[in-house]
Amino acid sequence: MSRAINRITSTAVPINMENIDTDQIIPARFLKGTSRDGFGKNLFRDWRYANDDEAQPKKDFVLNNPRYSGKILVAAKNFGCGSSREHAAWAIKDAGFDVVVSSFFADIFKNNAQNNFLVPVQVSEIFLQKIFLAIENDNKVILEVSVANQTITLTATGEKENFEINPYKKTCLLNGYDDIDYLLSIKKDIEEYELSR
Amino acid sequence: MTDSKNNNFLQSIPSGDSGGSTLFEKIWHQHIIKTIENGPSVLYIDKHFIHEVTSPQAFNGLNSRGIKVFRPAQTIATADHNVPTVNQHLPIKEELSRLQVEALKKNCEEHQVELYGLGHPFQGIVHVIGPELGITQPGMTIVCGDSHTSTHGAFGAIAFGIGTSEVEMVMATQCLLQTKPRLMRIVVEGKLKRGVVSKDIVLYILSMISSSGATGYAVEFAGSAIRDLSMEARMTICNMSIEMGARCGLIAPDETTFSYMKGKLFAPGQSQWDKKIEQWKTLYSDANSTFDKEIFIDAEAIEPWITYGTNPGMGIGISGHIPSLHEIEDKEKPSFEKSLKYMGLQAGNSIIGQKVDYVFIGSCTNSRIEDLRMVASFVKGKKKAEGVEVWIVPGSQQVEKQARAEGIHKVFEEAGFVLRQPGCSACLGMNEDKIPAGKYCISTSNRNFEGRQGPNARTFLASPLSAAAAAITGVVTDVRALMDEQQLEIAINN
Ligand code: SF4
Repeated sequence: MSRAINRITSTAVPINMENIDTDQIIPARFLKGTSRDGFGKNLFRDWRYANDDEAQPKKDFVLNNPRYSGKILVAAKNFGCGSSREHAAWAIKDAGFDVVVSSFFADIFKNNAQNNFLVPVQVSEIFLQKIFLAIENDNKVILEVSVANQTITLTATGEKENFEINPYKKTCLLNGYDDIDYLLSIKKDIEEYELSR
Repeated sequence: MTDSKNNNFLQSIPSGDSGGSTLFEKIWHQHIIKTIENGPSVLYIDKHFIHEVTSPQAFNGLNSRGIKVFRPAQTIATADHNVPTVNQHLPIKEELSRLQVEALKKNCEEHQVELYGLGHPFQGIVHVIGPELGITQPGMTIVCGDSHTSTHGAFGAIAFGIGTSEVEMVMATQCLLQTKPRLMRIVVEGKLKRGVVSKDIVLYILSMISSSGATGYAVEFAGSAIRDLSMEARMTICNMSIEMGARCGLIAPDETTFSYMKGKLFAPGQSQWDKKIEQWKTLYSDANSTFDKEIFIDAEAIEPWITYGTNPGMGIGISGHIPSLHEIEDKEKPSFEKSLKYMGLQAGNSIIGQKVDYVFIGSCTNSRIEDLRMVASFVKGKKKAEGVEVWIVPGSQQVEKQARAEGIHKVFEEAGFVLRQPGCSACLGMNEDKIPAGKYCISTSNRNFEGRQGPNARTFLASPLSAAAAAITGVVTDVRALMDEQQLEIAINN
């Protein structure tokens, strides 16, 4: 299966909370796996379940609300701050999301997301609030993200915003390449550099 | 805490090429192999630290590509995040933890990576052992799959945390693809007041610029108050640059750095020393270099600092009060109220006198020998309060050994504190060292996020001195009220 990713058209899941850190996305006690799979079931674990018990879902948390579903997670400013655990990106991807929308991403999370073909879409605060409002009014509202065009669109109204993405990273996402492939391909340069020091 | 507060502290400097280089730029340029057009640069990595939690998937990646670690001699492994802090000589009870630690051992053997695992005299928290062994050196690029890698920047190195895919990249090629961050300088001038230590400086800065105030920046810490700090105290500051969102934090090396390094096991030997010092002395920001942002802080404005909320930017001076709702911007009110509800605290209240159930002195922020000495000198002859549980978790085997050699363990014993074995412990509550739900812990670690120290645990971040004071009284306390003259002197410069 190709990892390449371009156009994502989907309903969205809103979490209108700032500074969501990676300890919330996946608490440390669930980092004990030695593979990249299976972290999705513990996504937002402590917001999702009372008393750490899967039999006690918290009704007011959005992931437990059947009205909301989709491949796009929408969150407020400074998403993914804190620990560098890539498990946060794995958990989000594993739970079925391909895009996270926020008005600001923490550095390491952004890299981790891109390295896992989870697209971080950074929009203006105004557009973010528009998205939240649109979802609040209609939980079935459709968002469309195009990596190639670097746009995110509220399809109902056609309102659209462009987002930034590094051209190199864009090529990687669109073609399913990763950084390791590239770095391995320039090994000769690396060895020459080592000799020159 | 709020963005609007920034304006008083920020001074934007027009970027223009003035010819000089900053400390960051000097190291950066020496390590760039090439730059992809319109893309990131290939950054060469001198040292790579790995640990049991964020490395197994990276080793799996190498194995499935059929390749080995490219430069094993530049890779150092330890087990810290997930290890028990009692009975380390026995097999690990928790099965998943044991499997991770065993996987690390097997992977290191297969890839010929040096491992300072459980039972090894050099084992400890990765950011404590690098410096104490002299592996961390000025001018280096250093990475680790842990965000507090910024700690090593205290030596004048570019040091930052990476994700597991990046761990795999460095294992495979000793390189990373990176874009150059913007540059910020935080200048702290003046003399610290009595009872105020480096942890208070960094918590203060965090309250001023918020937990996203330095996202996208490499931050250089400078100014007379930083210069006056010991090496270990400088590490505490750089350690928490990630809490501001910074890519990394760094401090120009000087005589303090050199004398700390001299004689360390893996530091340059006698024959190399003079030459190295000459090189290291060139590592500073030129007078005509420019930063994208500069922040000036008056050291005398800082008092013992403590957090009341659920991100490290939510802090106040110990004599202050938790903000009232009307002091918070509308946009931030939901997060603020959620935070206080989680913490079980009231807006507008004073923090002094708040009950404490646990005291945790440890983590890569404050678990070095100076931290333990500071705590010991304060608690000597005192006893912990009834009902408070006090855990002292040294950063490494060497720290523990030194503490015992100096008799510090006796002081702790007499005070009713428990000296545990080295590891990350209650900093992240991954092993069994968790704070129970609803309980309050004053902690010298770096994160007070919801659930960080255990599900529904409530964390106050503070300095080792403030934590020790709370251990004695059982409530949040202004440490200055309990210190005698001599102890206040000891605290200075730490
Ligand atoms: S002590 Fe805490 S912050 Fe430091 S490396 Fe360990 S888990 Fe991370």
